[in-house]
This record gives sequence, structure tokens and C-alpha cells, in this order.
Amino acid sequence: MAMTYLEAVRETLRQEMRRDARIIIYGEDVGVRGGVFRATEGLQEEFGEDRVMDSPLAESAIIGTAIGAAINGLRPVPEIQFADFIFPAVNQIVQEAARIRYRSNGTFGVPMVIRAPYGGGIHGALYHSQCIEAFFAHVPGLKVVMPATPYDVKGLLASSIEDEDPVLFLEHKGAYRSIRGEVPDERYLIPLGEAEVKREGTDLSIISWGMTVNSSLKAAENLAKEGVSVEVLDLRTIRPLDTEAILTTARKTGKVLVVHEDNLTGGFGGEVSALIAEHALFDLDAPIRRLAGPDVPAMPYAPSLEHAFLVTPEKIEAAARELAEF
Amino acid sequence: MADVSEGLTPEVLMDMYYHMVLARVLDDRMWVMNRLGRAPVVYSSNGHEATQVASAFALDRGHDWVVPYYRDLALVLAMGMTPRDVFLHLMGRADDPNSGGRQMPAHWGSVDLKILTTGSVVTTQMMHAAGIALAAKLKHEPTVAMATFGEGSTSQGDFHEALNFAAVMKLPAIFLNENNGYAISVPARKQMAVPDVAARAQGYGIPGVVVDGNDPIKVYEAVKAAAARARAGDGPTLIEAKTYRFVPHSSDDDDRAYRSREEVAEAKKHDPLLVFEQELRDQGLLDDAKHQAVLDRAKAAVDDATEFADTAPDPDPSTLGRHVYHEAVL
Ligand SMILES: Cc1ncc(C[n+]2csc(CCOP(=O)(O)OP(=O)(O)O)c2C)c(N)n1
Ligand SMILES: [Mg+2]
Repeated sequence: MAMTYLEAVRETLRQEMRRDARIIIYGEDVGVRGGVFRATEGLQEEFGEDRVMDSPLAESAIIGTAIGAAINGLRPVPEIQFADFIFPAVNQIVQEAARIRYRSNGTFGVPMVIRAPYGGGIHGALYHSQCIEAFFAHVPGLKVVMPATPYDVKGLLASSIEDEDPVLFLEHKGAYRSIRGEVPDERYLIPLGEAEVKREGTDLSIISWGMTVNSSLKAAENLAKEGVSVEVLDLRTIRPLDTEAILTTARKTGKVLVVHEDNLTGGFGGEVSALIAEHALFDLDAPIRRLAGPDVPAMPYAPSLEHAFLVTPEKIEAAARELAEF
Repeated sequence: MADVSEGLTPEVLMDMYYHMVLARVLDDRMWVMNRLGRAPVVYSSNGHEATQVASAFALDRGHDWVVPYYRDLALVLAMGMTPRDVFLHLMGRADDPNSGGRQMPAHWGSVDLKILTTGSVVTTQMMHAAGIALAAKLKHEPTVAMATFGEGSTSQGDFHEALNFAAVMKLPAIFLNENNGYAISVPARKQMAVPDVAARAQGYGIPGVVVDGNDPIKVYEAVKAAAARARAGDGPTLIEAKTYRFVPHSSDDDDRAYRSREEVAEAKKHDPLLVFEQELRDQGLLDDAKHQAVLDRAKAAVDDATEFADTAPDPDPSTLGRHVYHEAVL
């Protein structure tokens, strides 16, 4: 069935909740209102107020209590209303959820999925547009999942919920309604840590994750008309990271453009670039190129400024063309 | 409502006394190990024994959860941790059941004993107790989760968020504050502008109870009542046990910098071990011979633990990378 990215989130949550009574959802406005983006719409009607709960407006409490609930046998899928507001909970996510298995020598674990809408391009300004993945990808013990398509949303969300460790599941707000795709009715799992070549190509590789995969595919399509063959690798999860897939595409085309919406310095693109430089430098025909958000504190509001910040298909196309000509 | 002193049979009272003595003897030995250069750091329950042991005994041990902090040696002993376990942990040995030698001493945790794993960041644990209670409530299990924490920790946001969350959701949780008047060197009056931590409860619509933390019977009754309330579905309780720490914050601290010897000597007149010993003598449960027998038993257990941990193996360096994520059982 064709559906939007948002519908894929909701229908996967529904399907998983039907098969696993341990799953609970809570957060701000997720119950009666069905979430500010409607990701949980109708779930409280179907599963009741015990399984889909409106919680107090307190992110540390939402995540901190989810840790306890997970340890006591439930599968919490708490929602952080906007990724920008996850910071009050960082202590609970990084110091507690991520370290609990390690510090207890494997005797305790925290199976939970934190869903958070991230990213810009929806006039959300500084505090409703942020990309937060690099902060969390740095933390061993966490998993960070960033699907680009409705199909991947379904398989990755189901896998995340089944996972025995804490997962940060980042959904791009811009993708919610603009990205549609085929999603099978039956349940399927996509393993965490497996990248996917979303488009085959021979002249250069674009490596990306989340929403910018879609922008990269658009750019690749345009470049194909000019006779430039672009491979697009979608990492899908940045921790665990599919190192093999990264090196394979780098070796294959010899030219790599890493694309992300998060700002450049200290962004996850640096890690991808370093891996290639470490392991595949002599297979390259050009320096690794990074295209990312600018190093300003966050995305501004005015459409002109927002547009200037965003990593658009046009910018990707230009950067890829330049690299192809190198 | 259930009689709150229910269960306090002579055997139970003597068992409580034994655990209080055991904690003190074990604690003293840990300091010796530290001064001998055998244990890099020690955190004590010295002075808190009545609060910790009695609160554990008031729970359904083996079924209810405790979510402790580093001060809680006596609490974990009362929950079933053995002196050997404690010493393996102190010495960072491979068989340390709390963490396999990964964490600093006094970072408790045991799935079997229903003691949640502890980190070093103060007050995060209150959320975990609320979460355990949330799961218990949703699963319709009669489980209670009890978090403990110092009074300095009540200045953290997580303290307030946890009380509010648990109150709004009517969770079967107990928040037991061990108020010893200091957060390392900082006195309670610099943490809060109210005299009692328990007063905070009012703002969250839950009962706040002040109890003499040096009197195990009083603590037992307060926790028993809170547990009954929690199990009845009436929500959480904040209990403030007023007590004192007789030793520095840790083996790296020197408390002469911030409190007078007179103050400490005065507090020691209310040493929970003395208070309870007198109570048991008054009840005819203890005499000099029995008192000595309790001491001897505790000392024997501590000697055994010291010796046992001394020769126990260290963690294998090749295990450094294990348990970052779940390991599938092959
Ligand atoms: C978030 C955080 N800040 C600072 C510390 C360092 N620290 C450890 S214990 C402590 C004092 C805690 O006092 P209190 O809560 O009263 O507990 P007590 O040790 O008196 O039982 C401090 C400041 C810490 N562990 N965590
Ligand atoms: Mg204190």
C-alpha cells in the first residue's frame, strides 16, 4: 500500500502494539490529541489510556521513567515532541540508558525506543528544526536510527522495538507528509546496522542518511540526464554503522560526497570521511567532499534564511557535479 | 489499613539488629582497607543503618524493588547482598555481582535481589523507581519501588520531576530521603529554604512524612504504611528520615573542614546502633552475651569476606569491550 512516512510510523506502531502487549507509548500530547504531528493518532482509542498516555511536560521524567519501565518488563516507546527538546533528557539517555548494560556487566538492559521528530524546512526556526544525531552517535550503548523512506520506517521501527538496547529513532519532520512510498501490509524487519544502496551508479557516491537521502536521490536523477552516474548509499542507522557498505561504495566509484543537514563541524560526516580516509584512501580519485548545514547555532526562521541553511537537491546536485568533474 | 508494626516479631527485630551491626562492622573494615591502600575509595552507610535496614525490612524483599544510591551499604545488605559480594565490589574483582569490577565501590545493582543498578549521577534514580512502579501498575502487579537519595539531591530537577510524575500517575513508589544534613560539605540550609524535605510533598499532592531516621521501628512503620498505600493504588509517599553521617562523605573527604567535633560527638549520642540496642535490651531480647554473639557473627562474616575477596581474580582485560550491547546467547 502507498502511504506517507508519517502513516508508516503510525501503522507500524499499531501493528507492533497489536502483537506485543508490553509496548506502551507516552509523551506530550500523544494520547487524546494523537501527537502534534498525528503520529499516534487513533492509538489511544484502540489500545486504551494505559498503553497510550499523555505524560507531564518533563523530558527527563519521560525518558527516566521509561528506563525503569523497560527494566521492569515493558517495551516503552516514549516520544520526545521535537528532537530540539531532548536536551533535558540527555542525562537520562547518555548517563543512564546507554551505560546501564555496560555498568551492570550485562545484567540489566534498557529495551526502549525514543521517537523524536528532527530536521528543518518546515518554518520551525531555531528550536523546531534541529538535527541532533551527532551528539548521540558519539555514545556507545545507544543506537541511532534515521530512516529516509516509509518502507524503511516500518522495518526499522519494528526492529528498534524488538531490540534489547535503547534506540533513538529520528523521524524527519519534512518527510512526514512529503515522502510517500510503497509499504507492504505484512510485518517485516530491517536489521539495524545495514545500509542500503538506494540507487546504483558508477561515477561517484553520495553517502547520506535520513531526509537528505531523498534530496540526494533527486539530485542523482537530474545528474543522470547529464550523463553523470551517481550511486546513493543510505546509511539508515548511524550507530551501529555499516562500515563495509561505506567502503564498498567508496572503492567502487572512487569519489565520495557525504551529505547531511546537521551542521558541518563535528557532524557525523566527519566520521564517515575519516573511515574512508583510513581504509580506502588509495582507492579514491578525488578528495572526500562534505556538504552539510552551515556552522551557525541553528536554522533561522525567515524563509530566505531557512532556504540558505538547508541542504537542498540543487546544492547537492552542484556539489556532485563539481566532484564528478574533478 | 494494615497494622504498620505488623511483622516485627522478636526474630525479625534481632535480624534487623544483626544487619545494622553487620553494616557497621563491614563499613569499618572497608575504611581499614582504604587506609592500608587496598581500596581506593570508600562510601559509608555509617550512621544511616536504622533508616536503611528498617526500610528494606518493611518491603516485600525479593519482590519489591529498591533503587539505591552510594550511601546504601546497609540497605543492600538487608536486601540480601552478602559481605563477600560487597568486598568483591570494593576490590573491583571479576565476580563482583554488582558490576563485574566495572564500577566504583558503592554502585550497587542486582537483578536477583531487585536492587537496581546505580550510576554516580545523583537523583537520576528517582525516575527509575517511578518507571519501575509505572510498569508494576500497568501490569497489575502488587510491586512497590523504593528510591533512596540524600537531601542535597533534592535540589536536582529530577527529584521534582519524579515526585510530580509519580503523583500524577498515582504510582506505587516510595521516595525515601536519607537526610544527614550535609551534601559533602554543604549544609542542608544551603540546599533549601524550608526546614523539611518532606514539606515538598505538599506541592505534588502526596503525603510527606518526617521520621526519626535513627529509630528503626519508626522507619519501619513509616515505610510499611507507605508500601500499603502504594499497593492499595493510592500513589507515592515521600518519607524524610532525619539522620547523620558519622564519617566523612568518602575516604577522600575530611569533614573537619566543615563541621565541629562537638557536633559529631553530639550526633553520636543518637547512634542508631545504640538506640536500637537499648530498645532490644528494654524488650528483653538482648543481653551482654547475645550482644557479643551478634558482634562475633558479624565480624566472622566480614573476616571471611575480606579473605575471600583478597584472592579473587581481577577482571580479564579482554572483557573490556563486552556488554556494550545485548549479547545474544549462543
Ligand atoms: C549530578 C551530580 N553532581 C555532583 C555530584 C558529586 N557529588 C557526589 S555526592 C554529592 C553530595 C550528595 O549529597 P546528598 O544528596 O545529601 O547525599 P549524602 O551523600 O549526604 O547521603 C555530590 C555533590 C554527583 N555525583 N552528581
Ligand atoms: Mg546528605
